[in-house]
Amino acid sequence: MALLEVNGLKVHFHTRDGLVKAVDDVSFSVDCGETLAIVGESGSGKSVTCYSLLDLLPKPPAKIEGGSALFDGVDLLTCDSTQMRSFRSNDIAMIFQDPMTSLNPFITIGEQLIEPLIYNPDKSRAQTRSAARLRAIELLDEVGIIDPEKRFDCYPHEFSGGMRQRVMIAMALINEPRLLICDEPTTALDVTIQAQILALIKKLQQKRNVAVIFISHDLGVVAGIADNVIVMCEGTVRETGDTEAIFYRTQNDYTKKLLAAIPEGAKVMPSRVQQDSPMIEVKNLKTYFRDYSKPLAGARSEKRYIKAVDDVSLHIQRGEILGLVGESGSGKSTLGRSILQLAPITEGSVHFSGTEISALSRHQLIPWRRKMQMIFQDPYASLNPRMTVYETLAEPLLYHGLANAKTINHQVQLLMDDVGLARANLRKYPHEFSGGQRQRIAIGRAIATKPELIIADEPVSALDVTIQAQVLDLILDLVERHNLTMLFISHDLSVVRYISDRVIVMNKGVIIETGETEALWASPQQPYTQQLLEAIPLADPKSERARLASAS
Amino acid sequence: MDASIEKIDEAGSSLWQDAWVKLRKNRLAICGLVVLLLLGLVSLLTPWIAPYGYEEQNLILGASPPSAEHWLGTDIFGRDMLTRIMYGGRVSLTVGLIATAVALMIGVLWGATAGFVGGRVDAVMMRLVDILYALPFMIFIVLLMVVFGRNIFLLFFAIGAVEWLTMARIVRGQVMTLRKQEFVEAAYSLGLSQWTIIRRHIIPNTLGPVIVYTTLTIPSVMLLEAFLSFLGLGIQPPQSSWGLLISYGVETMEEFPWLLIFPGLTLSITLFALNFLGDGLRDALDPRTSKD
Amino acid sequence: MFRFAITRLLQAVPVILVVISITFLLVHAAPGGPFSADKAVPPEVLKALEAQYNLDQPLWQQYMGYLGDVVRGDFGPSFKYPGRSVNELIASGLPATAELAFYAMLVALIIGASAGVFAAMRPNTMQDYLPMSAAMIGICMPSFLLGPLLVLIFGIHLEWVPVSGWGDAPGDKILPAITLGTGYAAYIARLSRGGMLEILSQDYIRTARAKGLSESLIITKHALRGGLIPVVAFLGPAFAGLVGGSFVVETIFQIPGLGRFYVQAAFNRDYTMILGTTIFFATLIIVFNLISDMIAIWLNPKLRQQGQGDN
Repeated sequence: MALLEVNGLKVHFHTRDGLVKAVDDVSFSVDCGETLAIVGESGSGKSVTCYSLLDLLPKPPAKIEGGSALFDGVDLLTCDSTQMRSFRSNDIAMIFQDPMTSLNPFITIGEQLIEPLIYNPDKSRAQTRSAARLRAIELLDEVGIIDPEKRFDCYPHEFSGGMRQRVMIAMALINEPRLLICDEPTTALDVTIQAQILALIKKLQQKRNVAVIFISHDLGVVAGIADNVIVMCEGTVRETGDTEAIFYRTQNDYTKKLLAAIPEGAKVMPSRVQQDSPMIEVKNLKTYFRDYSKPLAGARSEKRYIKAVDDVSLHIQRGEILGLVGESGSGKSTLGRSILQLAPITEGSVHFSGTEISALSRHQLIPWRRKMQMIFQDPYASLNPRMTVYETLAEPLLYHGLANAKTINHQVQLLMDDVGLARANLRKYPHEFSGGQRQRIAIGRAIATKPELIIADEPVSALDVTIQAQVLDLILDLVERHNLTMLFISHDLSVVRYISDRVIVMNKGVIIETGETEALWASPQQPYTQQLLEAIPLADPKSERARLASAS
Repeated sequence: MDASIEKIDEAGSSLWQDAWVKLRKNRLAICGLVVLLLLGLVSLLTPWIAPYGYEEQNLILGASPPSAEHWLGTDIFGRDMLTRIMYGGRVSLTVGLIATAVALMIGVLWGATAGFVGGRVDAVMMRLVDILYALPFMIFIVLLMVVFGRNIFLLFFAIGAVEWLTMARIVRGQVMTLRKQEFVEAAYSLGLSQWTIIRRHIIPNTLGPVIVYTTLTIPSVMLLEAFLSFLGLGIQPPQSSWGLLISYGVETMEEFPWLLIFPGLTLSITLFALNFLGDGLRDALDPRTSKD
Repeated sequence: MFRFAITRLLQAVPVILVVISITFLLVHAAPGGPFSADKAVPPEVLKALEAQYNLDQPLWQQYMGYLGDVVRGDFGPSFKYPGRSVNELIASGLPATAELAFYAMLVALIIGASAGVFAAMRPNTMQDYLPMSAAMIGICMPSFLLGPLLVLIFGIHLEWVPVSGWGDAPGDKILPAITLGTGYAAYIARLSRGGMLEILSQDYIRTARAKGLSESLIITKHALRGGLIPVVAFLGPAFAGLVGGSFVVETIFQIPGLGRFYVQAAFNRDYTMILGTTIFFATLIIVFNLISDMIAIWLNPKLRQQGQGDN
């Protein structure tokens, strides 16, 4: 018998808008030393499944409607709260997605680490504070926190995201659990940090022979770390099997769709780059922000700056899709906004078709605005919640005089066709659409003025992988049909490779490297670029495992 | 909107409509709304529907408990309490509405300007609000009323001048958040003018919190008025307000408790209604309680 | 933290100066002098009186003189109680007011915070609705209504406690403290419920649960500190409100406190007394605001460390 056996688990949510079957008849098992990955898109029920094991769901609205989850022969779904507390502190531990919010900001990390030891409900296993401290420092050292003794008394805000996730891992392991549940532990992290954390989890698991349930939306991450995979969609299990079977001998259509949606390899579209004078020329651009995170109440008054973009020069050819990649804080978004004159530039110039738009006044800029548009990352924030789709799409047309009262309806409908939305939806409001549909509306607004240049800031990062593939194809299609030039900003190197003709790598406000996409992938010159490219998880178990093994 | 538009089957439901649906399900808030509408109506029609004249005395009758002729009893001059409460309500509600309007106007303008202009202007404007917050305004109002006599217009102004601070903070916070929202940035990148952005994108989205806070400001303004009138520093006879009636009631509460209880009850019920409606509106307009 | 306190204290100085100036100007801009009510005063007596109180000097001289006195902590003589200084009057009224405010605050904090936390533990159940309904009643029942009603019921009808006085009979402090404290208890209950609900929905509370901590430990150790920050920040403004409330409560219960003196001074147009007490209250309120701000900051480690200036 395996360590954990889940059979026919059903979890329903009783919401105001009716019953949602979040988890519907899910079964799996996992044994010591094994890693089971649960893969699915948002709303698949993968997290709910695991939260129900530790009784972490809010009840109501959640209700467990059936099934069993035998851990060591005891049913987790029906055991009493004392027993559950004992399981939580001694046998089953959990790591959460967002290390920024999962640690209590009011308590030192050391105190949070030792809590499971000193407040252990099983009195015989409870330890004294000083013994617990030694144990915690030892573990902090093991998960790679430098100078653990000093860091023990620090608060969470004094750690970076990656470091906090290491603390979370230490906290999960402090009572030597037999089962470790990881809920998207690397989703909130940069790709290079992700690789480190994955290697760390793998190493600790092998050393301790614990069972791991690894929840993820990213098949690439799963490929390297999992022994077995279950694929979930809309609360049900679509496919179960060992990792190689799932990736190399896929049976289920949904799994195939998921795998197919992962952007892989080079751009398939032919390049439309025109080699005449560049459309956009950026020279020695600097965008600095005042740093207001100074000590309270004017203790020091000298001005400090965050150099978001620091002396960047680049050009974009007509018809080109230029990819701009970088990790969080690299200044890539600010660069995009600076080019569009949406962020105040400190120094340098931006030329659009030979005109220095960075020297124009706000009023002079208006006719140029029509020619350059932006698509934003968050489809929830980028649409005015109080305007219908019709109003959102009609606004730019009417404002720039591209339509009159007679033609406006027809033109808005054509835009809807263009971005693949049904015309019947025109009177709806943004909150009535899914994330992917909203992004289509935002794209429709951006192309409404028939712009020449579009700057797309992480346009697919907030979307599920299958939706992401559709939106990427829509963007490529529109670029082709409307003869667009594009700056495509993303943290996701695979996406950038899939869509761009040329790539710029940015870090800490400066350009690290630039080159034709395939040439850059084949032979990155800078160590930072190499590191980035090496960190990309691939949806290929064999190569991923080899990579993880070499990393640890 | 436009008649020429091709027939479109599905009409969307705006956030306002959603909020209204949610509010309608909140029984307490709807009760509050009904009570307030009734009170408003009665106050408007008081001169015509009041059972007795405002100054109509009946010294022979004196103070009498509730009866068929005088539903809420009479005061020591034999004046009908129902009539007096109705007239008092006109004053109390007027003070509540006008002082809130003053607060609303100053607060929204101040907060919106600070939030929209940002930078140093914002820092200075908000610092001023912080400083004013630290001032003992209750005492200042008392002082104003003492120094300049008990003038009702001064009362509007004084109360409004106290209550705008919170409104300014709320509006500024809202505008600051909105300014950073991507849809406002999108409007900038479309080249829309500042004024168009304010009108079409900022104002409709600040309206919710402003409405909620306005509903919650009215009761606190009415309380302040009643408080001052109770101390004898607010509304002066021959005008009357609920606060004043309560203070008269206290003087004789041992012998004639109804003179305290009825005006007190009316004030409390009004405050209840406003607070329930305000809470209901907050829940209904809060995006976090919306469907997604 | 220390530097923050100093900075804020220094910032309070101009604020207090503004308070003094506004108050002074308002009082002197008042139509009719302080003695105009006493109509029968002959002109030469009036002159003598004005000379005695320096009212014959130019305004700016009076202002500078007053400012100098205030800085030395001297609020001058009372207009209406000849022979007694404002300082004496404040000193005689302060103990009762301070005691009353202290009890009221105690009532407000203990009842309010515990009701709010209790309600937040099981939102949208009876455990939530009952205390919150009570809080709503507390908010809609102003002190000048609640006080007389309490007197009517417990003092006159049931005769459990004395109806007025302060320290004269056992139990005469109960009703005033409850009257003054109830509104704030209600407000604090709502604030702490909101704060606790906010914190209890945080991810780190889920982490604490997943660690196997008991619910009581989660509430007391992980949630309470963050959840009560809004309450702490409210204590400053609440104190200002208590001062105002003491006017009413001391009048109702005939407590010989500063609030009652203030109201009487307002009616008597006792200008030096009004000036003095206003400045005294203002300074007190500013100081209490400062203290509650500092506690709120101290409770948040991130802000605390920024305050120390080591980034």
